[in-house]
Amino acid sequence: MRDGALLAIRDLRVRFHTLEGSFYAVDGVDWHVERRETLGLVGESGCGKSVTALSVLRLLPPRTTEIQGQILFEGINLLELDTEQLRRIRGNSVSMIFQEPMTSLNPVFTVGEQIAETIRLHQGLTPKEAWDQAVEMLRLVQIPSPEARAKDYPHQLSGGMRQRAMIAMALSCHPQLLLADEPTTALDVTIQAQIMDLMLRLREEMHTSIVLISHNLGLIAEMARRVVVMYAGKVVEEAPVRELFHDPLHPYTRGLLGSVPWIGRKQTTGRRRLQEIPGIVPGLMEMPSGCRFHPRCPEAKEVCRREPPPTIHRDDGRRVLCWLWA
Amino acid sequence: MFQYVIKRLISTVPVLLGISLLLFVMLRMLPGDPAQVLAGQMATPEEVEVIRHQLGLDRPIHVQYALFLARLAHLDLGRSARTQNPVIQEIWARLPNTVLLAVLAISLACLFGIPAGIVAAVRPNSWIDYLVTSSALVGISMPVFWLGLMLVVVFSVLLQWLPAGGTGSWKHVVLPSLTLASFVVAFIARMTRSSMLEVLSQDYVTTARAKGLKELWVITKHALKNALIPIITVVGLQFGMLLGGAVLTETVFAWPGLGRLIVDSILARDYPMIQGTILVFGLLYILVNLVVDLIYAVVDPRIRYE
Ligand SMILES: Nc1ncnc2c1ncn2[C@@H]1O[C@H](COP(=O)(O)OP(=O)(O)OP(=O)(O)O)[C@@H](O)[C@H]1O
Ligand SMILES: [Mg+2]
Repeated sequence: MRDGALLAIRDLRVRFHTLEGSFYAVDGVDWHVERRETLGLVGESGCGKSVTALSVLRLLPPRTTEIQGQILFEGINLLELDTEQLRRIRGNSVSMIFQEPMTSLNPVFTVGEQIAETIRLHQGLTPKEAWDQAVEMLRLVQIPSPEARAKDYPHQLSGGMRQRAMIAMALSCHPQLLLADEPTTALDVTIQAQIMDLMLRLREEMHTSIVLISHNLGLIAEMARRVVVMYAGKVVEEAPVRELFHDPLHPYTRGLLGSVPWIGRKQTTGRRRLQEIPGIVPGLMEMPSGCRFHPRCPEAKEVCRREPPPTIHRDDGRRVLCWLWA
Repeated sequence: MFQYVIKRLISTVPVLLGISLLLFVMLRMLPGDPAQVLAGQMATPEEVEVIRHQLGLDRPIHVQYALFLARLAHLDLGRSARTQNPVIQEIWARLPNTVLLAVLAISLACLFGIPAGIVAAVRPNSWIDYLVTSSALVGISMPVFWLGLMLVVVFSVLLQWLPAGGTGSWKHVVLPSLTLASFVVAFIARMTRSSMLEVLSQDYVTTARAKGLKELWVITKHALKNALIPIITVVGLQFGMLLGGAVLTETVFAWPGLGRLIVDSILARDYPMIQGTILVFGLLYILVNLVVDLIYAVVDPRIRYE
């Protein structure tokens, strides 16, 4: 891990205390994002991608969540900041886009107000200036007649327009890092493509680093430079995008890719394709012994059942969590 | 919007007519003869007949109702059988007392109930949540007259800070409005808590936090405005109920409001008075509902009336 990383996550463990018991949803995760880099984060549903992203801004419910490890943003551990310091980073240098544009905008405030609020908060502009800048942001994300749309409430906009508004809000303070948690999953395929084109363009213009969480491997192939694959709360493989697609090391990654026609080709939902790996993600409270993937792994050996695998760092900079490469 | 209000106001007319018809028939099915009550136990049958004629009760019921409507068209509700004063005048004399008590009680209840509900929702299952929910339970289950009497014992009899009953100064209104508010505050706190709990788990609350807003703003701006609709509903219902006269509280504190007026009128079988008061209650209730519906639209842009 290089020191120049914009964001470095070190041995992150996130534990939830629920009525049914306590469990680690994220169990020792390491990865980093460099400046102006797009990192892809993939894995099946429930493997802890959102929890990892939410931990960065400490948006998980504090009373039931325990976070351990380090989350270093420009060298500062976000987990040690007090709430005031954290607030200055949220929405300002690090911002987030959520999966559901339908529910992540507040229904009782206008879109313009919701964007302007962030701008007022972090840039100390007057309400009038902040509003004008909010309209400019809507223009930037290619919403037609932005002056009028700014006065609309979320329910007056289509899903695609709402997600554009979310992006406008997230980028309104020119963040250095954007955490995009499945930003297009809830949208139709054509709208998905438009939103991704928009994000590609904005990334070039604003030099924002992006962590792109997605089920959609086609999308990851187009956008990301490096990919981190997660399974059951752990990182099982990390590789530059081309290497990962051409030569996946982990049997789980192979399973994920097994169904992808070819790099860069548009994909339908990843979710359905993933089912070609037999079995399901284990429940967090009934983790198998040894390697968490072994019950589903076609290449499982005796040791996989007994011992958790080591992380293998290869000379070419790739890493994999598997006994096959030990 | 303006057209909508006009439409709603016009639609109150048939509702009030319906109320009056139902009431008119039901009153006359009640046991007890108004003429007899008014004439007294010692009156001869002839005297009772004379009074019955004076009251117009010897005519067929449809004729009586037609006469009632004809007067109503001129905003005349007749005269009280008991006091001979115009019904309007009697109601008008007490209406301000009832409205004052209702407004004070509901304001107090909102002032305490909404913050209490919010705090409970923000820290669910904490000691403060248990405090709020259990006080609310006590508030709802405690008999109003008993609480009223206890307040009188403590603040009027023992401490001698406040008068035990009657009207006249601001001091007179303190105990009755506290008594009423303690009941209403419980409903408001409970509704605020459950509504806020639901809203606080919504995605847009996380969005608001992710922007870097202060938690206080997240709660009072982004969450509360979304949680308001059910709270407003409860406040409106309770206010409507309070305007219908708080019989027990008014009795305990000898408060001259509409609640006692209607009870006294029922006991005296004072038909015109009962009819007039109930019509006023109906009208107030309808107006409160209209105002509540209009506030909905202000709070939630998704609600629109054409
Ligand atoms: N606040 C919470 N309290 C308790 N458990 C939680 C909480 N948030 C998430 N979890 C659990 O943590 C696990 C990981 O969830 P997470 O949302 O990170 O999955 P994900 O990889 O983002 O999946 P998806 O692709 O479906 O979004 C899940 O089993 C989920 O039920
Ligand atoms: Mg997720």
